[in-house]
Amino acid sequence: MKEIASMHHVEFSYDMEEEESSPMSTKALNNASFTLYEGEWLAVVGHNGSGKSTLAKLLIGLMFPSSGEVHLFSERLSEENLWETRSRMGIVFQNPDNQFVGSTVQDDVAFALENNGVPYDMMVKRVQEALEQVKMKDYINHEPHHLSGGQKQRVAIAGALAMHPELLILDEATSMLDPQGREEVIEIVKKLRSEINLTVLSITHDLEEVLLADRILVMNEGQVLMVGTPQEIFQQGTELEKVGLDLPFALRVSELLRATGVELQGNHMTEEELVNELWTFHFSK
Amino acid sequence: MLEKMIIGRFIPGTSIVHRMDPRSKLLFVFLFVVAVFLANNVVSYAILLGFTAFAIALARIRPYFLINGLKPVIFLIIFTLLLHIFFTREGPVIFEWKFIKIYEEGLRMGIFISIRFLVLVLITTVLTLTTSPISITDGLETLLNPFKKLKLPVHELALMMSISLRFIPTLMDETDKILKAQLARGSDLSTGSIKERVQAVIPLLVPLFVSAFKRAEDLAIAMEVRGYRGGEGRTRFRQLSWHMRDTAVLITFVLLVGVLLWVRK
Repeated sequence: MKEIASMHHVEFSYDMEEEESSPMSTKALNNASFTLYEGEWLAVVGHNGSGKSTLAKLLIGLMFPSSGEVHLFSERLSEENLWETRSRMGIVFQNPDNQFVGSTVQDDVAFALENNGVPYDMMVKRVQEALEQVKMKDYINHEPHHLSGGQKQRVAIAGALAMHPELLILDEATSMLDPQGREEVIEIVKKLRSEINLTVLSITHDLEEVLLADRILVMNEGQVLMVGTPQEIFQQGTELEKVGLDLPFALRVSELLRATGVELQGNHMTEEELVNELWTFHFSK
Repeated sequence: MLEKMIIGRFIPGTSIVHRMDPRSKLLFVFLFVVAVFLANNVVSYAILLGFTAFAIALARIRPYFLINGLKPVIFLIIFTLLLHIFFTREGPVIFEWKFIKIYEEGLRMGIFISIRFLVLVLITTVLTLTTSPISITDGLETLLNPFKKLKLPVHELALMMSISLRFIPTLMDETDKILKAQLARGSDLSTGSIKERVQAVIPLLVPLFVSAFKRAEDLAIAMEVRGYRGGEGRTRFRQLSWHMRDTAVLITFVLLVGVLLWVRK
């Protein structure tokens, strides 16, 4: 599998001067390593202050690690290739309002294209395509304050897509949205993954989003605690609760049922799986 | 009150004035403001008024709407008219009653200056009513382009303007939210002495500023990540297009100045 991004023994601390005197635990990132492969969806989870936002900032080159290496598209990220690398990925941030630069939907989608000097005719075509991909074509001339949070985030995704990125980073992109907006954004990401070969790295609290990922990376106190498929990760129930993470609702219910003596068979990630086993429960006896 | 004010407001439409290039409109208004000072007699002022009425008609703005929206300005014009009538003491007296004396020159000057003022306000209002703020920004950016040679940061100024315009509704919403939050905590903005009322605004402004700075920081990061490196090597998505009608506007202006020069004393 082709590697898209990776970190190798990355250390980072926000307060450089204090680094000498303070213990290891104050580091925002401590010996963090992971690899992201082409076409996969990796979800990064962890409670507040676990270093997951720092991870995103290092990946997009807003900061550089104090030691270790960040690799993107099989090249080490440095001041020299920063802009080139950024043009090959898209990032959607948390706050829908604070990343909307243009005065209308199409202006905002075109912003990255303008910055990279794409010719006018090409821009018009790419803006159209990108807005179609996120189903926002009817809103092409709308102003941001007439859009819902979910729509603004979809526009932000279109802005990233217009650059034909190889990697899409969602930095808590759904955390400020209402349930409906969250649903819209997740649907679009799912759809995009099936249409184009897009690699997704999502930093999130949302369990539904986590379950859709191919692999999960759990962060705790600046370290990579574990990496694995959702099944693998959520089997470590108590471990996760120790580092302040919730388990999916279906998983909690099935655990509680087991504790009271109901002999359930499978592991249930989603409510659907759980419901399916419950209503067929008496047949399988 | 503010709802009715039309100074600086944009009303979308499809008239020929709406469809004109912002550059030609801006250039015209700028030159027109200078040309207004050419008028110095009845005929030339009549031409100016007539031309302005023509522009309003072309833009398909209803006169009633315009007058209603410009009420505060019209009061100001009437005020200056009265000042001139009562305080200019030149020429023969044309009206005398007790201690009030009105001189011919005063009446003349008052009317001329009022017309000049009115024409200026009307023509700039036609510009802002028919041109969206963002097109005005684009127009200004291209018009000011030659000043780049003088180290004027034209692109940056235009970007600042367009971002400010984009964030006005966002910050208005925010103000409203903070206001409600402070009201819920018992702050009182509508009663008390002036000093108390001013003090009550502070808990409104501080959170607004804090959040505006936070937004600015987020926006800067979002722009940087999307590849913003200043104006160099950038292409433009919003294109301006110059049509025959825009050339016609400028020709009209030259004709107008010619006529004014011919009829003035």
